[in-house]
Amino acid sequence: MLLLNCPWCGPRDETEFSCRGEAHIDRPASPAGLSDDQWADYLFMRSNPKGRHLERWLHSQGCRRWFNVERHTMSHHITAVYEMGKKPPKASKKSKAGK
Amino acid sequence: MTAQDFRIATGGRIDRDQRLRFTFNGKPYTGYAGDSLASALLANGVMMVGRGFKYHRPRGIFSAGAEEPNALIQLAGGAYSEPNLRATQIELYDGLEAASVNCWPSLEFDISSVNNLISRILPSGFYYKTFMWPARLWMTYEHVIRHAAGLGRAPKRPDPDRYDHRHIHCDVLIAGGGPAGLAAALVAGRAGARVILADEQSEMGGALLGDSVDDKINGKPVIEWVEAARAELAGFEEVRLLPRATVFGYYDHNHLGIAERVADHLGPAASAAVPRQRLWKVRASQVVLATGAHERPLVFADNDRPGVMLASAARTYVNRYAVMPGKRAVIVTNNDSAYAVAIDLADVGVAVAAVVDLRLSPTGPLVERIREMGIELLTGWAVVDTHGGHRVEAVDVGQLDDVGQAIVGDVRRIDCDLVCVSGGWSPAVHLMSQSRGSVRFDDERACIVPDKSFQEERSAGACNGAFGLAECLAQGFKAGVEAAKRAGFAKAKAPKLPSVSQTKNTPIRALWRIPGVGAKARADKHFVDLQNDVTAADLALAMREGYHSVEHAKRYTTTGMGTDQGKTSNVNALAIIAEITGVEPNAVGVTTFRPPYTPVGYGTLAGRNVGALFDPVRMTAMHQLHKQAGAVFEDVGQWKRPYYYPQAGESMADAVNRECLAVRTSLGIMDASTLGKIDIQGPDACEFLNRVYTNAWDKLAVGRCRYGLMLGDDGMVFDDGVTSHMGDNHYLMTTTTGGAAGVMAWLEEWSQTEWPKLRVYFTSVTTHWAVAAIQGPRARELLSELCHDIALERDDFPFMSWREGTVAGIPARVFRVSFSGELAYEINVAASYGAALWQALMTSGAKYDITPYGTEALHVLRAEKGFIVVGHDTDGTVTPLDLGMDWIVSKKKIDFLGKRALSRPDTMRSDRKQLVGLLTVDPLEVLPEGAQIVSEVRPEPPMPMIGHVCSSYWSATLERSIAMALLVGGHGRLGETVTISLDGKTVNATVTKPVFYDEEGEKIRG
Repeated sequence: MLLLNCPWCGPRDETEFSCRGEAHIDRPASPAGLSDDQWADYLFMRSNPKGRHLERWLHSQGCRRWFNVERHTMSHHITAVYEMGKKPPKASKKSKAGK
Repeated sequence: MTAQDFRIATGGRIDRDQRLRFTFNGKPYTGYAGDSLASALLANGVMMVGRGFKYHRPRGIFSAGAEEPNALIQLAGGAYSEPNLRATQIELYDGLEAASVNCWPSLEFDISSVNNLISRILPSGFYYKTFMWPARLWMTYEHVIRHAAGLGRAPKRPDPDRYDHRHIHCDVLIAGGGPAGLAAALVAGRAGARVILADEQSEMGGALLGDSVDDKINGKPVIEWVEAARAELAGFEEVRLLPRATVFGYYDHNHLGIAERVADHLGPAASAAVPRQRLWKVRASQVVLATGAHERPLVFADNDRPGVMLASAARTYVNRYAVMPGKRAVIVTNNDSAYAVAIDLADVGVAVAAVVDLRLSPTGPLVERIREMGIELLTGWAVVDTHGGHRVEAVDVGQLDDVGQAIVGDVRRIDCDLVCVSGGWSPAVHLMSQSRGSVRFDDERACIVPDKSFQEERSAGACNGAFGLAECLAQGFKAGVEAAKRAGFAKAKAPKLPSVSQTKNTPIRALWRIPGVGAKARADKHFVDLQNDVTAADLALAMREGYHSVEHAKRYTTTGMGTDQGKTSNVNALAIIAEITGVEPNAVGVTTFRPPYTPVGYGTLAGRNVGALFDPVRMTAMHQLHKQAGAVFEDVGQWKRPYYYPQAGESMADAVNRECLAVRTSLGIMDASTLGKIDIQGPDACEFLNRVYTNAWDKLAVGRCRYGLMLGDDGMVFDDGVTSHMGDNHYLMTTTTGGAAGVMAWLEEWSQTEWPKLRVYFTSVTTHWAVAAIQGPRARELLSELCHDIALERDDFPFMSWREGTVAGIPARVFRVSFSGELAYEINVAASYGAALWQALMTSGAKYDITPYGTEALHVLRAEKGFIVVGHDTDGTVTPLDLGMDWIVSKKKIDFLGKRALSRPDTMRSDRKQLVGLLTVDPLEVLPEGAQIVSEVRPEPPMPMIGHVCSSYWSATLERSIAMALLVGGHGRLGETVTISLDGKTVNATVTKPVFYDEEGEKIRG
């Protein structure tokens, strides 16, 4: 079970959280202006990397705040936790290697 | 009752003053406190305890610990019964009842042992080969196989015991309380770290508990060092000692599971105040693994007879339990460790007939000692066969050729009733591997050892390949210091190493298959995995058939499976595979180690989350009144809702019909408290609603209510409900009962992630309010009697508006909304007033025959009106256009969640499934929900399916059946007749609009 460092509550067990998929997929400002393909890309397409993944988590059984997590999908190493609206950390060698 | 003929007169860690009675397969025996079930059985001369899994050959006690493959026990009876426990790990208590598993009708006479004679039809993969044809008989075969091969039996009745869970953090978790674990705990404890030391045995000490008085630390018997260490650890406030506790799982981020057997050793006499077992969920900063090693058997012909036992186990029975596992022993070994066994056996009076060493020229003090004692030592020899029935009676020994591939000269027979085997040691790397650390095969020590750590852990002692006591202690101290330092205890330091009587090792001679003589050369009785009856010949067959991957070989032959997960067999199996395929053992690799290390009971994993505590139950403020009224309840999410209120002699259909008619003709009342309620406030609340609902909210005046439909951004309906304008910047949203939490999360998501600039705040107020909905033509009359501060006339208080006032003297919000199609008021009061409100309405409503109605009547009433239930008439693939609800989808708003998706080519198809009404040609026919509508009737399925029935009821009001369906191109088929295929018949129905009652809405607005 992962240990996640909620920016508001500190380190808590994974069971208090829910993972809500890939982060930094902004909803288009004017959906009407998008082609069907562009809209489908926003709606359905997600990366599925082996390695560094930026994802959204919700502290659903705690403060109910959303935040972003940088996690390595193979090692589960968590290299960054940052608030909604913040820019992701630069991909470091460390975060890519997952150690 | 038999005497304990095999008990040694003195010594052992047993309490001879506490005599305990127990039964095994119905026969009475006695033992002492401190015995395991296995040691007590051996004390009584019982060696044979079970039958093999496939061939049902007699099997005996093989080990003294967790690795036991044979001695599987069904413990106790009735609801307390527990299957497949290892006799070697069951602590004896007075009155214990034990039975063998896997033999029928009795241990001594087992019908299936005929399998032994037909073993040629049960080779590896026999599941896949023998029972394949004809396929339709598989179920019969499976039943027979399960009966023949099944291990213990699960108890039929609910578990009467209590189990606890505890969550705990620590600086250093140490798994294993042998010399390395104790050493690590000592240094970490002295440094002030929060330490948990868990060990699976009843007392700390590990393998040292089985050592003899000749084994010394600092010149004193090892047990004195153990006792001093235990005493010192007990004095540390921050050190928690957990005996009888198995660290069974190592998960991500240093999360570990420990199963503690709190009261198992007390049996049914245990106090009800303590749980039977406790599951510890540990988050450890650092972990030290000191889990020891398992001795391996040697693979020779008929090596499975009762009386063939791991050498170290024999030593433990002698020294720890004061039991002679036999009277005349032969020791067979390929390494040094069995020599001490021979010495200890001889010391307590067991005749040691011979020590058979595969090595050509072992040297060292122990070897000398054997010679001094006059015990025959055969070097470069091996056991090639065994004889006997229910217990070994003799072995054949022979001299190996130079390479160990054949026997030279004649074999010699030696009589014995005990064969102590040692094929070397396998470090218990299970937890290390579970933690995703890598392991490798070490050629010199002929075993798997930890390689690279992945998490914050390190291995120490025998589990790290350190098989000498001095090395174990040194590694334990080092690991303890390292772990404590990394956990922030900088002053941790190792003490001076104690002096240990050391002997220099002659290296192991790994000989994975000992040659057989004559027919035994086939190796089909060379058992590798005792629990699953897998032989060296089975592995060879699997290799010939191409199952070279160790994972494939495991599944095909079943080696390493079962309750012991191959603790004594995995290394032998992989080395034999390597030998057959001509590669290095390291290239074969090992099968994945998975939790749990030893089986953990479901009760322990479930803890208190059983029965009524399995899932929270939510009850409304009026729940007791519903119960008194005889309601039958339905689960809606976690809520208990009245389903219907049967009166004496009424069927469910009778009750629902009566309830529906009451609402249509006079007055009904229902508890609507469970609907989700979200209080929405903030200057941007209206804008927020515009974005999450399909319709527009700008023009909704304070005091008015509006129905809204919520879509996912994929355009699919996800929830619906009425939202009311409460005041400036203030709305109250209602949601479906089951969707409340999901909608709340949905609103919070958009507010926090995409639109953080919108000033809007959400509070779940579902349980703040109790809601009684009065519905029916007499609703206004009733309300006017109890409410004098709200003008109730149609024009003063129109449909889809709300007013604040008092009802029956209780402050209330009254909403004029209706899900039944009748004149209706939903009266919201603070939850603490819920019961009072309900009673007042029932009392005053009596003159109108006020009738409480449940969720089933609610469904019938709403279906008559064609109101959808999200999740019932929709399934996540349905758009508002599919529902014919274009009227609620704003054309003017530039954007709202789901809008763009409604103009995707797929959502605009005209042949999508669309919501329609169905009226069966035979009005008495009520279609089952889920029934398929077909475009063509054929004699048997499959038939082309063009839709399905989503809601279907008997309407007492209309005196006929009604249904709603999702039908391909349904909106263009009004008036057509369609066919529904049911089991054994077809039913015709006419497609209609999905509204059957008061289409103009005159009643609802009345």
